Amino acid sequence: MNDRIRRLREHSLNTPPRLSAERAIWITDFYEKGLALTESVPVQRAMAFRHLLENKEIYIGEGELIVGERGPAPKATPTYPEVCLHTAEDLALIDGREKVPFRVDAETMRIYRERIEPFWKGRTIREKIFAHMTDEWKRAYETGIFTEFQEQRSPGHTAMGGKIYHGGFQELIDHIRRRAASLDFINDPEALDRFEELRAMEIAADAIVSYARRHADMLRKMAAESSDPDRRSELLQMAEICRRVPARAPESFWEALQAYWFVHVGVITELNPWDAFNPGRLDQHLWPFYRRERAAGTLTEERARELLCAFWIKFNNHPAPPKTGVTLKESSTYVDFALINLGGVTCTNKDAVNELTYLILDVVEEMRLLQPSSMVQLSRKNPDRFLRRALRIVRTGFGQPSIFNTEAIVQELVAQGKSVVDAREGGASGCVEAGAFGREAYFLTGYFNLPKVLEITLNNGVDPRTGKRIGLETGHAGAFLHFDQLLEAFSRQVRHFVDIKIRGNNVIERINARHMPVPFLSLLIDDCIENGKDYNDGGPRYNTSYIQGVGLGSLTDSLTALHRHVFEDGTVSMEQMLAALAADFDGYDGLHSTLVHETAKYGNDDDEADEVMQAAFEIYHQAVDGRPNTRGGVHRINLLPTTCHVYFGSVTGALPDGRKAGVPLSEGISPVQGADVNGPTAVVKSAAKLDHLRTGGTLLNQKFLPQVLADDAGLDRLLHLIRTYFRMDGHHIQFNVVSPEMLRRAQAQPDAYRDLIVRVAGYSDYFVDLSEALQEEIIRRTAHAFR
Amino acid sequence: MDTTGIVFRIQKFALHDGPGIRTTIFLKGCPLRCVWCHNPEGQEPGEQVMQPLSGSSAGPQRVGRRFRVEALLNQIEKDRLFYDESGGGVTFSGGEPLRQDVFLDAMLRTCRRRELHTVVDTSGHAPLSVMEKVAPLADLFLYDLKLMDDEAHRRFTGVSNRAVLENLLLLNRLGRPFRIRIPMVPGITDGESNLRRIADFLEPLDAQHGVDLLPYHRIGEGKYRRLRMQLPVEMPANRQGIDMEAAAAMFASRGFRVHIGG
Repeated sequence: MNDRIRRLREHSLNTPPRLSAERAIWITDFYEKGLALTESVPVQRAMAFRHLLENKEIYIGEGELIVGERGPAPKATPTYPEVCLHTAEDLALIDGREKVPFRVDAETMRIYRERIEPFWKGRTIREKIFAHMTDEWKRAYETGIFTEFQEQRSPGHTAMGGKIYHGGFQELIDHIRRRAASLDFINDPEALDRFEELRAMEIAADAIVSYARRHADMLRKMAAESSDPDRRSELLQMAEICRRVPARAPESFWEALQAYWFVHVGVITELNPWDAFNPGRLDQHLWPFYRRERAAGTLTEERARELLCAFWIKFNNHPAPPKTGVTLKESSTYVDFALINLGGVTCTNKDAVNELTYLILDVVEEMRLLQPSSMVQLSRKNPDRFLRRALRIVRTGFGQPSIFNTEAIVQELVAQGKSVVDAREGGASGCVEAGAFGREAYFLTGYFNLPKVLEITLNNGVDPRTGKRIGLETGHAGAFLHFDQLLEAFSRQVRHFVDIKIRGNNVIERINARHMPVPFLSLLIDDCIENGKDYNDGGPRYNTSYIQGVGLGSLTDSLTALHRHVFEDGTVSMEQMLAALAADFDGYDGLHSTLVHETAKYGNDDDEADEVMQAAFEIYHQAVDGRPNTRGGVHRINLLPTTCHVYFGSVTGALPDGRKAGVPLSEGISPVQGADVNGPTAVVKSAAKLDHLRTGGTLLNQKFLPQVLADDAGLDRLLHLIRTYFRMDGHHIQFNVVSPEMLRRAQAQPDAYRDLIVRVAGYSDYFVDLSEALQEEIIRRTAHAFR
Repeated sequence: MDTTGIVFRIQKFALHDGPGIRTTIFLKGCPLRCVWCHNPEGQEPGEQVMQPLSGSSAGPQRVGRRFRVEALLNQIEKDRLFYDESGGGVTFSGGEPLRQDVFLDAMLRTCRRRELHTVVDTSGHAPLSVMEKVAPLADLFLYDLKLMDDEAHRRFTGVSNRAVLENLLLLNRLGRPFRIRIPMVPGITDGESNLRRIADFLEPLDAQHGVDLLPYHRIGEGKYRRLRMQLPVEMPANRQGIDMEAAAAMFASRGFRVHIGG
């Protein structure tokens, strides 16, 4: 990397995240002054968006090539008081906490205390949501049965398709006007709503164009003041770019990157969607610009690399907005889940890997940044060179890129009713979630604690931690004569809690649709303009809601142990088992050893456990899949945890697989930490027995000794392992390659290991930023590989 | 088909026992007593008990399990797709796999019928008649050469190297492919003259597919203890800086395809 990039990168890495009051001030200003009181909600939101972009400070850093910051400077992170208000108490906590802190200075604290908090108290989406949740929802939430993604963040969760590269916002405005002119007020009862939504979109489109031009003005001013002739001409060139895009379709590689970046900043300024936003299939979108300019001789490979590096650094400047409470626990990270997709297939099902794909992989390796995340979509059609290049980066041990199966993604999306072309142009975003990029709103609504539901089942609906009844009375576990009766009771409890969750989801969707539309994001996702409907209100072509199952491995091993020892062999009675669980196995060493060492475990290609896993999967799938949401779509499942398996573990007592109370659950579809003793082929085979194609994504974490990957022969074996997993329709696999000794050293001297990045679960994070429980879990996971 | 064999370990995703992703079957029983042996549980032909690792809550572990051909094949077949994808297969190692020649013969024949690629990882110490029988059935031999000096061979492995060398010549005569593996044991096998004599011996052989130099790690101690076995007095310590590169360069300069590591 050249000096400029090194400086920008260092600056991004060394700047500590801090909280910025800027956005909170301007949004409060807008609503305090009642600037749009007579307007419809979408128009109000669009005007508020414009107010933010008109007034926020413009930041252009020294040497920057791509411009636009969400806050007044890199890492200056805004809050979104209209969604979630941070009280002075919250801010003190956020400032002082050990993990994932944001610095809050005294002045910011004062502004929040005196101005933000008094105005927004009682008006936030978060308060509306909690006011509408039933007592049973609240009990389940507090017990740790499920989490709620939308209680501090707006839904979001989508990725950009190709449309901003083919047309500018001027074309979008033309489209909006055509659509508004064609509204049928005589026959369409929603015509006025559509009209207002379209008006809002037009205001938002204008706002982003003006925002880009504010940058152009500033750049010209800086050029005039610059004493360095090279920089001066660069600044003028950048001014020209910001004057053209995103108003018009980009014409150069540089313009394409800058156009996306303005759009990205727009999405994360409008609201705080979870996940932030994502350019999606970056190598596909940029390839026409790259190829054209390379052929014309107007772009060198070095310049393209430099621009991409500058682009990468912009993502790293933007930590996820500060979270608190359960939401912090389920996603304890600065990562805001922009996952760049590389490779895969084209819309006509051809190998999509191109020379730019390889250049971007170079950038991933060189930048070695937390954000953006990167992944490779591996199709049968992609050459081995592509995967080998990706694995060489994996080998360096920072957890990127993760590896996805294109054929699985396409089949999953098609099975959900998407067109095959939309599916091919899709990919995975966030951690592992399959989506039709540019055309789908696929909300993640919360994690679901499967092992906890088993615990509740074993206690006849009572949570043993609190003694409170939160589930159904499905019968005393000691009275079950057959394993099937236990499964039936478990299944009813799952259904019970899923019902509670879906009721909550549907209410929350309506609250967001009605009170918190996102006209800017709606501009970007087809077919919101055509439908005259907001992204949050079913405007997109596809509208899906996910509930993410957590702890499949722990659940499977627990059910397998009960099946084997209680129901089949009868070597331990259910009463004894319940007593051992209640005692956290204290005084039950013999039973504990049997459960841990002499019981079939998921992850070993052992059908005894794997068939139980399949049964458990079916129960969860059946409880969720296909159930309607309020946006014309349905609920689906996926299986991923972020950091929620740690939180869920902390609220779950001892389990029949020998796991003690409070210990993290298994993550994604990975086996219980340390339970897989037959090597990676067995893990992959067990995992492939799950029907991936009926999910919207699964997460499989594998750990590797660095030695395995040290030589090319090892790399090839890994390549074949992945190809075989994908041949069996596996969705995703990712790798951690670090030694446990190194992790112990990092725990002892965190300062010396600030840059140590490990794969957590669907994303990578700084090891020293992880909670101690998660650190321990990763060490256990890693040590296991070194036995 | 009631042939049975005793297996002391099944290693999936074996990386260093032949081409592709392989499952390695460790057959129990070995006539050699190499002082550097890191698989002491493979020496005795019968079943044994191994004490648990210290700090583990697991009970004592049985080492050695009797398998019928079909049952073992079912285990091997589990990773069939990985073999297909990677050009891998099954490797029979030990102990000394030729020691269970009847079982090995049956396994190799069945594997061939099922189109599974087979490798036999052997010390070469077996009667000529056994090698003659097995040679045409395996797709590749990984063949250990340790010491060219017979006296030293007897001292450090407990047996003469005569059968080892004769069997290798037999394989070569039959045109059966083999790779030579040399354990680089500090102060025992890694001497320059030993390596040179190995090269001299190999030079005229044309069925050979390269030479692997295997680094030595003293890793078997815990297992000796857990098996209640006497640690070989002459077991060498780990030695840093053993010059693998120089040894590799010598073999390369004489036209061998040489590789460090398995």
